[in-house]
Amino acid sequence: MIYREAGDFKTSYREDSQTFPIKLDRRAYWTLMVVAFAVVPFVINDYWANAVLLPFLIYAIAALGLNILTGYAGQVSLGTGGFMAVGAYAAYKLMTAFPDVPILFHVLIAGAITALVGMAFGLPSLRIKGFYLAVATLAAQFFLVWLFNKVPWFFNYSASGMINAPERTMFGAAITGAEASAPARYLFCLILTVALAWIARNLTRGSVGRKWMAIRDMDIAAEIIGVNPLTAKLSAFAVSSFFIGVAGALLFAVYLGAVEVGEAFGIQKSFLILFMIIIGGLGSIFGSFAGAAFMVLMPVLLKNVLVDGFGWATDLAAHFQFMIVGALIIVFLVFEPHGLAQLWRLAKEKLRLWPFPH
Amino acid sequence: MPEQFLWAMEVMLNGLMAGVLYALVALGFVLIFKASGVFNYAQGVMALFAAMTLVGLQKGQVPFAHLINTIFGTDVHKFGWELAPWLAILLTAGVMVLFAWLVQRFILQHLVNQPDIILFMATIGLAYFMEGFADLMWGADIKTLDIGLPQGVNAWIDETTFNLFGYGFFIDNLDIAATIVAALLVVALVLFSQYTKQGRAMRAVADDHQAALSVGISLRFIWVMVWSVAGFVALVAGIMWGAKSGVQFSLSLIALKALPVLMLGGFTSIPGAIVGGLIIGVGEKLFEFLVGPHIGGATENWFAYVLALIFLVFRPQGLFGEKIIERV
Repeated sequence: MIYREAGDFKTSYREDSQTFPIKLDRRAYWTLMVVAFAVVPFVINDYWANAVLLPFLIYAIAALGLNILTGYAGQVSLGTGGFMAVGAYAAYKLMTAFPDVPILFHVLIAGAITALVGMAFGLPSLRIKGFYLAVATLAAQFFLVWLFNKVPWFFNYSASGMINAPERTMFGAAITGAEASAPARYLFCLILTVALAWIARNLTRGSVGRKWMAIRDMDIAAEIIGVNPLTAKLSAFAVSSFFIGVAGALLFAVYLGAVEVGEAFGIQKSFLILFMIIIGGLGSIFGSFAGAAFMVLMPVLLKNVLVDGFGWATDLAAHFQFMIVGALIIVFLVFEPHGLAQLWRLAKEKLRLWPFPH
Repeated sequence: MPEQFLWAMEVMLNGLMAGVLYALVALGFVLIFKASGVFNYAQGVMALFAAMTLVGLQKGQVPFAHLINTIFGTDVHKFGWELAPWLAILLTAGVMVLFAWLVQRFILQHLVNQPDIILFMATIGLAYFMEGFADLMWGADIKTLDIGLPQGVNAWIDETTFNLFGYGFFIDNLDIAATIVAALLVVALVLFSQYTKQGRAMRAVADDHQAALSVGISLRFIWVMVWSVAGFVALVAGIMWGAKSGVQFSLSLIALKALPVLMLGGFTSIPGAIVGGLIIGVGEKLFEFLVGPHIGGATENWFAYVLALIFLVFRPQGLFGEKIIERV
């Protein structure tokens, strides 16, 4: 029989509480890992890396981060773009100040700096809730973008006001800069994505994650049963901003290479990430990946079908893209508020019973 | 009188006028929020859509011209007529009513009893959809909106202040017109909600959905009505902003500017929206004038948000908002 728990005996608590309780899921997961780490790096080319895989991995990290804050801790944030900009500019300053340090440290420290900034902007969340908080995070978005635009120290007084990623290495292989090869960039992002997803999964099912969910479901009730809202909310902001900062650093250093802050990290980016987690599924790790994949693949697909297939003008295709994204958001909220992740969950439930109806 | 002070005063007056325009957008938000509890992010895009429709109808553009031409290989652009401004405004108002009905029928009706934040995100989706739809329908180029509103510097104010202080204030006629229209609109809205049957029903719904239902008020009708009124307010805001800076994509961003206005004034208060708008308008213009040059300028982008953020920390319900009482 396929896809059954039957015959898969658990003999310890550890086995019983594992992420994938069904053997087939575990096999699929490990197969995916082997393919991602051992097969894809040998077949990847620049087009696939730049159009699909790199943005998918990077946005997946950002979506994980926002999902921790919005999906798990229930604090809606529209400042994602601003926090990504913090990560990018922190990485840039570190890369230019310490050229000999491996790039991994730059990215991680950039994430840590973003976590601090995120906590500072998370402080009002103790007083402000719901919409008010969503709008308050807009202050972070606009203020941070303005700051990076206007203070020359952040872009090292370059004449254009843009930041360019210099060549930095990891184990001797160039990760950033013009010389970096597609497999090296892909593997670097992949390792970070897998590691961060693993951390996110284990944080959210541990005591920290349960505190976040208690705050999300009803903060006053959570306070009464002994969850400290200060530490719960601030830790959610810190962890979330760390993820988003890492994503911003990768987006700038590994993916784009050169960045103008208003263009790359504007309010549109905040909405993009928010849409990813709505379509993917609020409060779900799988959902973050599904949403990121969906939002990265859809424009590529639309461009291929409408522009290359039908020969339409690109601006028409862009208008359609807006309409489809908007309509999808509404459709998902109406019919499946838990997103693609819930569809996946339902499909798995059906599969477990198949071929019996009940 | 010192020149610096006169300039500051001129900046302040212009800020007041800009504040009126912010308040106009914020008003649409408050109306919908009070009646249906929906925080309508799409208000700004509604203003854009209304303004584009108005221009399109007035100039006799063929809707979806680009799409039709691409699919059928035709080459149509204009019907070849020009409508009178009042007729175009009337038709656009009709379109906004139709739009309100569609929103109610296809979105709100399915989202009754969902958490507020879900509704908020649904309106973000709506905003995206309408942005694409409006561009598809009328084209994404910048259009000029001309329905005969007065433009340019007001000569009378310029002259009078010059005679008084020896320095002529520069105040745009359009801003004055906007202020008058906004004032009329607010008065009309207040009269409508206080003295008409539908207005009272609207306030009842705002108070308590279920109680209103139980005395026989049709929620669906009220929602359609409120969204229509908000659509009309969006049309007015769209006309004013459109006449000021052209009908273009950035018009939809005024929604973002209206958010801090709402936070300052409180989401549920019409006077709050107006006072909040004025405070933000004056505040950001003065801040840009006094502090902006020292820290690089363009502070208007974020000043309103930071002001609202700091303000909210001390008074989470805004200036005129209802006190937030929370229970488990």
